[in-house]
Amino acid sequence: MGPARRSSPTAGAAGEEAAALARRRQGMLLASPGALYLLIFFVVPLGLISVYSFATRTSTGRTSLSGWNVESYRAIGDDIIVGIIGRSAWLATLTTVLCVVVGYPFAYYIATRPRHVRAVLLVMVMIPFWTNALVRVFAIRFLLGSNGPASALSESLGFGTFRILFTPTAVTIGMVYSFLTFMVLPLYVALERMDWSLTEAARDLYASGAKAFWKVTLPLTRSGIVAGCVLVFVPSFGSYVVPDILGGAKTLLIGSYIARQFRDARNWPLGAALSVLLIVAMLVAVALNQRSGSGAEDGGRPRGRRRGPGQGEAETVTAVAS
Amino acid sequence: MSGVVEVGLGRRTRRGLAVWAWAVFAFLYVPIVVLVVFSFNASSRVNIWGGFSFQWYGEALRNDVITSAIRVSLIVALVSTVVSMVLGTAVALALARYRFRGRRALDGTVYLPIVIPDITMAVMLLVFFAEAFKFIDSFGPRFTLGISTVALSHIAFNISFVCVVVRARLDQFDRTLEEAARDLYATGWQTFRRVTLPLIMPGVAAGGLLALTLSLDDVVISAFVSGPGSTTLPVYVFSSIRRGVTPELNAISTLMLTASIALVLGSLALQRRRASASQQTQVL
Repeated sequence: MGPARRSSPTAGAAGEEAAALARRRQGMLLASPGALYLLIFFVVPLGLISVYSFATRTSTGRTSLSGWNVESYRAIGDDIIVGIIGRSAWLATLTTVLCVVVGYPFAYYIATRPRHVRAVLLVMVMIPFWTNALVRVFAIRFLLGSNGPASALSESLGFGTFRILFTPTAVTIGMVYSFLTFMVLPLYVALERMDWSLTEAARDLYASGAKAFWKVTLPLTRSGIVAGCVLVFVPSFGSYVVPDILGGAKTLLIGSYIARQFRDARNWPLGAALSVLLIVAMLVAVALNQRSGSGAEDGGRPRGRRRGPGQGEAETVTAVAS
Repeated sequence: MSGVVEVGLGRRTRRGLAVWAWAVFAFLYVPIVVLVVFSFNASSRVNIWGGFSFQWYGEALRNDVITSAIRVSLIVALVSTVVSMVLGTAVALALARYRFRGRRALDGTVYLPIVIPDITMAVMLLVFFAEAFKFIDSFGPRFTLGISTVALSHIAFNISFVCVVVRARLDQFDRTLEEAARDLYATGWQTFRRVTLPLIMPGVAAGGLLALTLSLDDVVISAFVSGPGSTTLPVYVFSSIRRGVTPELNAISTLMLTASIALVLGSLALQRRRASASQQTQVL
């Protein structure tokens, strides 16, 4: 749909058609290197992992592609694996809820500051957001370690040694710490775009502050909350680095379990089946976000064009990057 | 209103909000600050302060494994950023400005690498390279996991991020500018070179910066597709943490931290300069 040259006086219908064809070709030419790259290094691997999920693990730990079966999917029903998936879902949910509870008042505070203060505070949020994620998890590991500074402090105050590392609590703290900014930024964007005159109107009509918040502000920022929840839930559900560094045997999550199948356990078909499950779960989460996103209004203003897959995430990425 | 949003909250609510917000800032910053402080600790015991020293930085930078990891990280980041900037921008342009066969399929696929978890992307690429090597080996040449597979994988996710950022920029600006150029008989190339490219350049730069950061940050995907000798710095740090916390690790982490903060602040400064420059041209 290029810019049509309506004004060219001599071009007949045939000329226009040729021009349209040329533009089509131009577009294809422009897209093809990137598209080809994605085809080879993303679509084909996606297909391969699906194929592998139906393959057989030989006794030597190799993967045999002859003889398709659903054994790996059946194995997911195993108590241990169901437990791991349940634990991952629970920890991801807990992390998401904590991020909303911690992040909403935080984003609200920033969004309601005067413009120049807001800019500075936003930079202060951006710095941890852009900081190396691994280093931040390591910082938590260092702080909470049994011979780390927090423990030393608590010992000198007479509270005894800290034993929090390698527990689900440590993993939850680490996940909230890692993903909180993913929640704060969409919340901030929603609150900043909010039409505050609507809240004022509610106050003018004698709604209490709390009522105005629950009935006006919160529903109007719903799209930000939903986007933030997806942005936090998705990486925490599949998280591998955080539980690996902060968790112990009792906090084995699906991400680490998949990694294990591809490394020490050498059961690639099972790892592949779990990966497929994880991808499907993520796509469902994203799709749900879109449905609720397109139904809701954004900060009191009607939403514009239709959203493509993953666009909520994409919007946050662009809001953050530019 | 002068920028202050008056939302009619009670005084106590407002004070509570402020306290909460600064507590969250403390939560975000204290662990990092503690890590940085302890990287200058002269004592080899991680929990005891033994005076100020640069000792661990010296030891980290004399470690050949670490310097080699730094080199690998920088090469991969640079290559993957440049390639994904070119490919991602081209895809964004095609999606935003053209109609062609397969456009919808591409539009749907390009966001996927952003939303699927790292670990699945990692194992997908591992399986892919295993199969690809099996296939290529049957023709003779032997390939193994190494720096090139790491770079190829980073490009695979970075294209999507660059594309998304550039496309947002393309959607923002006034398309009539391009039409005006064409009406004034600029060729397609001239329009692109003189109008489109300068307008989307901030988007391309932002996308490139994001790609650079993501490449330097990535640990999960790199851990799966790197081979011996092609360990990136985050992969090295990750495997070292599993073995235990050392003061050396604090020093490397602080260096990584400094690099990412420098990148953010640098880009913000760049944006500000550009913003003030465009304001000046508007005044003219």
